[in-house]
Amino acid sequence: MNGVHDMGGMHGFGPIPIEEDEPVFHEDWEAKVLAMTLALAGWQRWNLDRSRYAREALPPAAYLSMSYYERWIAALVDLAVENGLLSREELREGRPASDSERCDPPVPAERVRDILSRGGPTVRETSAHPRFSVGDAVRTRNIHPAGHTRLPRYARDKCGEVVLHHGAHVFADAHAMGQGEQPQHLYTVRFAARELWGDQASPKDSVHIDLWEPHLDAQ
Amino acid sequence: MTGDNHIHDHPHSLLPSDPELRVKTLESLLVDKGLVDPAALEAYIQVYSEEVGPMNGARVVARAWCDPDYHARLLADGTAAVWELGYSGRQGEHLKVVENSPELQNVVVCTLCSCYPWAVLGLPPAWYKSSAYRARVVREPRAVLKEFGLELSEDVEVRVWDSTSEMRYLVLPERPQGTEDWSEEALASLVTRDSMIGVAKAIEPGRAGQ
Repeated sequence: MNGVHDMGGMHGFGPIPIEEDEPVFHEDWEAKVLAMTLALAGWQRWNLDRSRYAREALPPAAYLSMSYYERWIAALVDLAVENGLLSREELREGRPASDSERCDPPVPAERVRDILSRGGPTVRETSAHPRFSVGDAVRTRNIHPAGHTRLPRYARDKCGEVVLHHGAHVFADAHAMGQGEQPQHLYTVRFAARELWGDQASPKDSVHIDLWEPHLDAQ
Repeated sequence: MTGDNHIHDHPHSLLPSDPELRVKTLESLLVDKGLVDPAALEAYIQVYSEEVGPMNGARVVARAWCDPDYHARLLADGTAAVWELGYSGRQGEHLKVVENSPELQNVVVCTLCSCYPWAVLGLPPAWYKSSAYRARVVREPRAVLKEFGLELSEDVEVRVWDSTSEMRYLVLPERPQGTEDWSEEALASLVTRDSMIGVAKAIEPGRAGQ
């Protein structure tokens, strides 16, 4: 979606907030947010792409005014309600509904390290032949879907060159929208900085973006 | 999928406005319902506070500096080479290593969210997740690098990697001069998180306190 999250190229955000010797978490509650987000994913009611979309779908003003982990908690709550893990009543009251049955968490402490070390690989087998090869000239599509997309706005309708082919991967744009994995060939496309930003960019520089086949046309 | 309904209807607004209170309320609700195991929450926090961090990536880089075969394997298949050292898993499932040289500086960003190679670098720093970095580094990488203290000559090529899929990027920085007889362990101490994102060089030996 053309949300405020799609920030590449925007002006006005000021200098980079560099912090010396930054702690992993600035507040204990931030650590809890990370942990709750990972633990609730164990219910498998939504996937990683869907949770990214939930963060993007926060209203732009709210998105910008929230800190990083505040966005995570907001998206997590929205997903939990949308997918039936919590009710609005329970959120309002801060306790389980009287008729709520106690569940058995799918991720007990002893499984955490194993789950994290396995991760969630997204490469998939496909019989579809890749449309593009390394070295091919491609043009990104000019799309503006209301749903999730991993084609950033600054790189739409731009010409680039395929520099890597990663095989087929879960197609995030579909997966986030509950349309299944729909594996598609994934490429890294090199864009000259001047193609994206005009003459103000250095002629030597480039931006490389991972894009799926449905984002690309032959040039 | 509820489409627009989802976008305009936000249950999170039912929680208290103070973040700390909001998180406490949610945590106790989740625990009371049995949706999460409190010990599992502690385990997740421990992993990312103490066990997984940039020291993993630093060992990968130091090994590549010392062992030409490993160096070749790392560039050919980053995922497999990092697995060899035991650094696998979440946000590191598919790893591509890009190498710097005197003529080339690679820099990594995720303009859309905060994608980052957790398995080798741990959780990203706040600046990596900031609006300023995400917005600017694709458009004016040299100005951004300068803010990190890295001023590049116009002759140096800058390649920015915008991580939009589950591919994760790790920058292999240049090995500092004067470290020819250093041990792998000592070399790892020169490799910073920022140098593996590409906004800095590895530490020069004279400045490492060695």
